[in-house]
Amino acid sequence: MSVWDDVIDQPTVVTTLDRAVRDQTAMTHGWLLTGPPGSGRSTAARAFAAALECPRDGCGECHECRTALDGSHADVEIVATSGLSIPVRQARELALLAQARPSVGAWRVIVIEDVDRLTERAADALLKALEEPVSRTVWVLCAPSLEDVIITIRSRSRHVRLRTPSPEAVAELLTRRNGIDPQLALDSARAAQSHVGLALRLARDDGARERRRETLRFAGGIHNLGDAMTAAATLASIAGDETSAASGERDGAERTRLLEQLGADPAARTQPPHIRSQVAALEKEQKTRATRFGRDVVDRALVDLLSLYRDALMVRSGAPVDLVNADLGDQVRDVAQTHTAEQLLLAMDAIGVARERIEAAVPPLLALESMAISLQVKGVRV
Amino acid sequence: MPEPPALVLIAGPERVLSDRALDSTLEVLRAHDPQIEVVRLYAADYAPGSLLVHASPSLFGGATAIVLHDADEASDDLQADLLTVIEQVGDELRLVVLHKGGNRGKRVLDALKSAGARRIDAPAIKTDREKNDFLTHEFRRARRKATPEAVRALLDAVGRDVGELAAAARQLVDDTEGLIDVEQVQEYHGGKVDATGFRVADAAVAGQTSEALRLLRHAIASGLDPVPIVAVLASQLRQVARVATAGGGSSGALAGKLGMAPWQIDRARTAARGWDGDRLGRAIQAVATADFEVKGGGRDPVYAVEHAILTITRERGAG
Repeated sequence: MSVWDDVIDQPTVVTTLDRAVRDQTAMTHGWLLTGPPGSGRSTAARAFAAALECPRDGCGECHECRTALDGSHADVEIVATSGLSIPVRQARELALLAQARPSVGAWRVIVIEDVDRLTERAADALLKALEEPVSRTVWVLCAPSLEDVIITIRSRSRHVRLRTPSPEAVAELLTRRNGIDPQLALDSARAAQSHVGLALRLARDDGARERRRETLRFAGGIHNLGDAMTAAATLASIAGDETSAASGERDGAERTRLLEQLGADPAARTQPPHIRSQVAALEKEQKTRATRFGRDVVDRALVDLLSLYRDALMVRSGAPVDLVNADLGDQVRDVAQTHTAEQLLLAMDAIGVARERIEAAVPPLLALESMAISLQVKGVRV
Repeated sequence: MPEPPALVLIAGPERVLSDRALDSTLEVLRAHDPQIEVVRLYAADYAPGSLLVHASPSLFGGATAIVLHDADEASDDLQADLLTVIEQVGDELRLVVLHKGGNRGKRVLDALKSAGARRIDAPAIKTDREKNDFLTHEFRRARRKATPEAVRALLDAVGRDVGELAAAARQLVDDTEGLIDVEQVQEYHGGKVDATGFRVADAAVAGQTSEALRLLRHAIASGLDPVPIVAVLASQLRQVARVATAGGGSSGALAGKLGMAPWQIDRARTAARGWDGDRLGRAIQAVATADFEVKGGGRDPVYAVEHAILTITRERGAG
């Protein structure tokens, strides 16, 4: 057993980080872990933190390891945002925290799980702390790619790149850690394109699988404007359903907790003004979180759709590559037959444009309508 | 001359009316006592206690009139001070409270009512009918006559803001003589159109290129942002597309299915004539492109909207 067990299919990364833990000369104060979503950046960062705190360099069993891995170690600060960005206020607090010596362990480790969500000013606030490190402080920064991190942070940290793990490795992890049936684990890992968290969700949640199939049915299933409008509305509402399902319960719980902390009666119909303003602030935060979540959900649905067209293109060109949607082989072949290679590429392009637009705050419904209109298959009536 | 009231409440959100009520109230007070000192306080930057300072009798004698604006935003301190001062009014101290509406400061309103304050209402003027009545009343007040067509034309030209409407009416009254008719309104406000995103979208969907562009220019020039205009274009085209592809059936039945009001269905049906699926699809795509461009994806937001409108009207005309 070792802390590195859950960092799957990343031999070079594990070697580099493990050496840094064991050998003082290979250690540095700032690390930048990059890798595609779901490749295990934050898992690797936590494992690294645990190994640094562990007296036996990462046994995975001692108190230090376990608390560091689950984020409750006194000297390991894990920053993860569920909002749209990390504000400058939080960055300043971190810079201050970095000045403090570790209290129980060997190192003070500060893990920022999404450096790409630092606002420009927040990133600037960290520069000083990153540039003139205190001897026992380590920064572990995670981002999808180097380009997402401003250059001044990039130049102050050592870069470690994670690769996309193979579906087999992901499936093996799901089976070992979560006890998922091997075949289901492999299908889910492929469908999630090796995104570990997503694969786990697909494997566990029937609803998620059903929603994915519903999304994929639109590939090759849009024949006229009416279909396109319906498809766009359905896609947008799937995202809406998922957002409210995921956030509704949590939002309510947060509100109750806030009211309890403020000493107010959660059951009261109206609250005093000073409490109302705090509740309003919380609701605003929850709303930005829901906005981000909604966009993420639509984006994921679009990536699923993209993968199907990609598979069809692979089938059409006869390339000997594994299919992402191996479980939907019939539909993939069907799409491959009804589309020319050029049409498939145009469809993939349209999906890409829609993703870019949603990212740029175009209302998802409008972007999806425009995309669905491009995905029409002419002349085929089912 | 009758004794002016010591307490006046001007209640209602319409700025023009409440300003006017305040002016006439102060006029009456000044007529009664030319020496009266008028103090204006605003709830937004109220310092606790200052109401009491102004309310206390002056060393040099003389009466004071306190005008309190925005009592609907009053803090708890201000409300408490107000309740105290309401008890103190008399010949030497007059209080005028302006309240735009809402529940805040209800205790003050109740206290004013039970203290026998004179209440002047300034109700909101929102619908066209209310604006029409307002204008007619304006002209009658100035002892002038205006034809219904003239009132209509004036509403079309400057109908968005009641303050502007009042000023325009005032100008017509001052600068013209006799009956106010359409020609006179045209002379002063000709070519001016109150353009909204909806009118732009209606013209574009109906394929009226020059009308749509003219309205767009008006809308932009009068301060409308391109972003909501594109949003309206998108929603109008969406309605047309969904109604056009939903097949037949009564508008009532469709309304339930599509989540739209029956009148929207009827309107979209009318607009859908002259469109077909492919061209409507391209029009929607043009709007999606424009939406991306007005939100930072392009250089010139206004050009982006114009381009979308040109595409829409071209597609409409191609059938």
